[in-house]
Amino acid sequence: MKTETRTSLGVGASAPRPDGALKVAGAFAYASDLWLDGMLWGATLRSPHPSAWIRSIDVGPALALPGVFAVLTHEDVPGAKFYGLEHADQPVLAVDQVRYQGEPVAIVAADHPETARRAAAAVVVEYEVRAAVTDARRAALDPACPLVHPGGNVVRHQPVRAGSAGSGAEVVVTGEYEVGMQDQAFLGPEAGLAVPADDGGVDLYVATQWLHVDRDQIAPCLALPEDKVRLTLAGVGGAFGAREDLSMQIHASMLALRTGRPVKIVYGREESFFGHVHRHPAWMRYEHGATADGRLVYVKAEIVLDGGAYCSSSPAVVGNAASLGVGPYEVENVWIDAYAAYTNNPPCGAMRGFGAVQACYAYESQMDRLAAACGLSPVEIRVRNAVSQGSRLATGQVIDSPAPLAAMLGELAAMPLPGPPAYAPSGSRRQGGSGARARGMIGTREEPDPRRLPGGVGRTTRGEGVRRGVGYGVGIKNICFSEGFDDYSTARVRVELLGGEPHALVHTAAAEVGQGLVAVQAQIARTELGVDRVTVAPADTSVGSAGSSSASRQSYVTGGAVKAACEAVRRRLEALAAADPGLSLGELLDRYGPVEETREYRHRPTVPLDPVTGQGDSHTQLALCVHRAVVDVDVELGLVKVVELAAVQDVGRILNPLALEGQIHGGSAQGLGLALLEEIQMRDGRVLNPSFTDYLIPTILDMPPMRLSILENPDPNAPYGLRGAGEPPTLSSTPAVAAAVRAATGLALPRVPIRPEDIALAHTG
Amino acid sequence: MDFLRPATWEDALAMKAARPDATPIQGGTDVMVEINLDKGRPTALLDLNPVAELSRWSWTAGPAPMLRVGAGVTYTRLIAELGGWLPGLAQASRTVGSPQIRNRGTLVGNLGAASPAGDGHPPLLASGALVEAESVRGTRLIPIGEFYMGVKRNALEGDELIRAVHVPPAAGPQCFAKVGTRNAMVIAVCSFAVALDLRARRAGTGIGSAAPTPRRAHAAEEFLAGELDWDGAGPVDPALARRFGELVAEAAAPIDDVRGRADYRRHALAVMARRALGWAWAEREV
Repeated sequence: MKTETRTSLGVGASAPRPDGALKVAGAFAYASDLWLDGMLWGATLRSPHPSAWIRSIDVGPALALPGVFAVLTHEDVPGAKFYGLEHADQPVLAVDQVRYQGEPVAIVAADHPETARRAAAAVVVEYEVRAAVTDARRAALDPACPLVHPGGNVVRHQPVRAGSAGSGAEVVVTGEYEVGMQDQAFLGPEAGLAVPADDGGVDLYVATQWLHVDRDQIAPCLALPEDKVRLTLAGVGGAFGAREDLSMQIHASMLALRTGRPVKIVYGREESFFGHVHRHPAWMRYEHGATADGRLVYVKAEIVLDGGAYCSSSPAVVGNAASLGVGPYEVENVWIDAYAAYTNNPPCGAMRGFGAVQACYAYESQMDRLAAACGLSPVEIRVRNAVSQGSRLATGQVIDSPAPLAAMLGELAAMPLPGPPAYAPSGSRRQGGSGARARGMIGTREEPDPRRLPGGVGRTTRGEGVRRGVGYGVGIKNICFSEGFDDYSTARVRVELLGGEPHALVHTAAAEVGQGLVAVQAQIARTELGVDRVTVAPADTSVGSAGSSSASRQSYVTGGAVKAACEAVRRRLEALAAADPGLSLGELLDRYGPVEETREYRHRPTVPLDPVTGQGDSHTQLALCVHRAVVDVDVELGLVKVVELAAVQDVGRILNPLALEGQIHGGSAQGLGLALLEEIQMRDGRVLNPSFTDYLIPTILDMPPMRLSILENPDPNAPYGLRGAGEPPTLSSTPAVAAAVRAATGLALPRVPIRPEDIALAHTG
Repeated sequence: MDFLRPATWEDALAMKAARPDATPIQGGTDVMVEINLDKGRPTALLDLNPVAELSRWSWTAGPAPMLRVGAGVTYTRLIAELGGWLPGLAQASRTVGSPQIRNRGTLVGNLGAASPAGDGHPPLLASGALVEAESVRGTRLIPIGEFYMGVKRNALEGDELIRAVHVPPAAGPQCFAKVGTRNAMVIAVCSFAVALDLRARRAGTGIGSAAPTPRRAHAAEEFLAGELDWDGAGPVDPALARRFGELVAEAAAPIDDVRGRADYRRHALAVMARRALGWAWAEREV
């Protein structure tokens, strides 16, 4: 039997993704498109207050509306009243109090979505409003701060102590930095359909990131055994961490079990902003000490993350911020304290970059300050302190695979810079009717193309006030789950004859959230089995857990599981072939029938950080990305045009070039958004801009062309030598853009997103 | 919610007279957004799309003909068909939403909504447009400066509909500039329009998103009429342009909100007005 034949769309090829054309054509079925005849629509009543006691709930007026089938409160939760990813502290429906604006209080099922919404609004809730805790620094550090939860406001405090603090530095720079609350801003809102089953269980079709951990949280609340809660992944319209926590899963299941009818819940855009966690806002105080020639002597840092009302994944976010708090630099003496605190702000949890993003913005800002203080270029200061294979992180962990940061910076700095600012006439003339032309009223002076200038189509400058700036950013991200988590994936692979041709079926529970994992699983099967025809089965809980589609881990862990299962199938086929030489694969399958194997795959184990010293090999893999940003800033108006983003990233091994470039582009855009645009604005615990009208994400006129260099220095511990790739570009693009704006303006700009007034009014003031 | 669908303009006026609570809808790019956000759900929608005549534009009669832009003319058509005569309005229209929005949305919809942030208002103010309002009782022309009554409130009576807006063709260079935090598809943080009338030797202005209503900067207009050397060659005097910008900023009454701070809006208006005057003046030399 021959399996070594290279298939055309195996590992390394830009295999097309099966969902691509459908999504572009508008034909892809998202979770919000789910439909069953006779289904009911669910709606959620949410708290208008960030902090209040609930004195009474009267569901009577809602139940009295025609078309309403059920109105449920916490009293109707069949099992456990609380759930959570790391701690079960979040009520399925508010019990006696609410801790954030938007917290679910009651749920309704009705025969029309509008009826359901009106019924939810008709529920009478008597609140006794309390003062909201909204300052995370006070919540974390001030013992006199009122408590959001009885156990204390500190979700986690993780110190990191290495060497001795503060000695022998000739140059010291300090800074305080702030990161606003970013939203994942996925386009497909939370949605799912719960179908009551004959066995008393429920079948749930839902857009999520991790089917099995959803089930682990849902089943106890429904008081059902796990095998009676069956999940199937519905079409996911983006995730970026926002679907790690539950949203409508338990609610729809409760309503379906109560009414005996399928129940669909779809959040609207505004509700979605209240329906998922956000990126932790951060306040960070850093002090860097260095020798006169710019070699780091020590780093001290205090990082406070606003965890919001419930725990979510805040402890793990703190672990990342602490363990990666100095960045990819060699420094012997480290003194870090990272905290997440409970407040009455919206719960914060997973978002692409997961705690490493906030720290990266701060330590990179510090490296630029240090460069200036030492009279070095931003590239040189980074090169002098860059980690490499064999370097020791602040946690004592040794980087044991390639980490060629200095070479990556060299390559980045050597890339050609874009041309001069676009002040010159573009050749585009104003449009006008021919009649108008005859009347001689058409301006004929040529303007520069406004789309290439700060302010864009608003035409606020033709070059006036525009300054060019260049900035660099470097980031290090842990890949896969860290700190001792049993992080594994499961794959079932079956090879059989279909229509006379060998065919492979790959089945995992891994969530395709838009990253292209379905295509990659098929590529791995083609390469390992030498079979061209591969189908990836829908992800569901009838196969073992795949772990989460987060932490840049699915190519690594589910990819590893698919590879392992394929190898097991191949070994069996090879044994059959050895016993029955001369047969083709098709002939073997015809004679012996289908061959199926299931395998779990685990990455190398990690250990928790020591709670006092923060020491420990907490990460299994580390990934680097470096960015250079070139910006034009209208310093009078504070408007920014990013002219170019260039990046160098080491991915170990490229599995799918097209998908990979898309990940780097997308991650860079999300980092650019954090630098310049994206912030959930809060006042007194209330969200001010829950819409895409006022929560601005970059458009094609905001995201520049990218120049990429993708390196392949393999990690010997990982399947194919690959290194997780989705998150690292999200880290380094933010500080690169911020540094470029600083270079253009000469301003300190210690906060992202940088607002126009931060630039414009600083220049006038 | 009732959905009224008149076939003719006369039917529309009769329906509006019978149902003054009805919200007229054309492209729906504003009305539908408000409905989706569940803000002030209308009791009835009056769909003007079937009234074909509204999608036409023409010239008014008389010694000083104006462009009469029907209530159904979209931004896309305004840009393509009227941009030569109404360059300021065309510039503003290009900043409205996305191509899809401009294909559906209408300038008159902007007037109906009367949001202080509407992009169409500043150039209409700068040009001295007239709003043609009609009811079963008759027709009246409302000067644009008297049309905006408050945040999202206009001068229409309950039984009136906007049939068209009358805009004088440009009598000199016009410029529109709009600050948004994003480089496209953004609601104005603030905006400004200037229209030079070289024959009358005066300038019109319009300020957007920096007061409860769109408004003119009267003192700035008077300043230019009096102080600008209308016969002069070469670029506009920088000190004069700066003073003009200050007067525009002083005419605004901005607030702090989620899109920007009041002090930034005032500052940005001064910068935009100064620059826009310079651009318009330079264009005159061509």
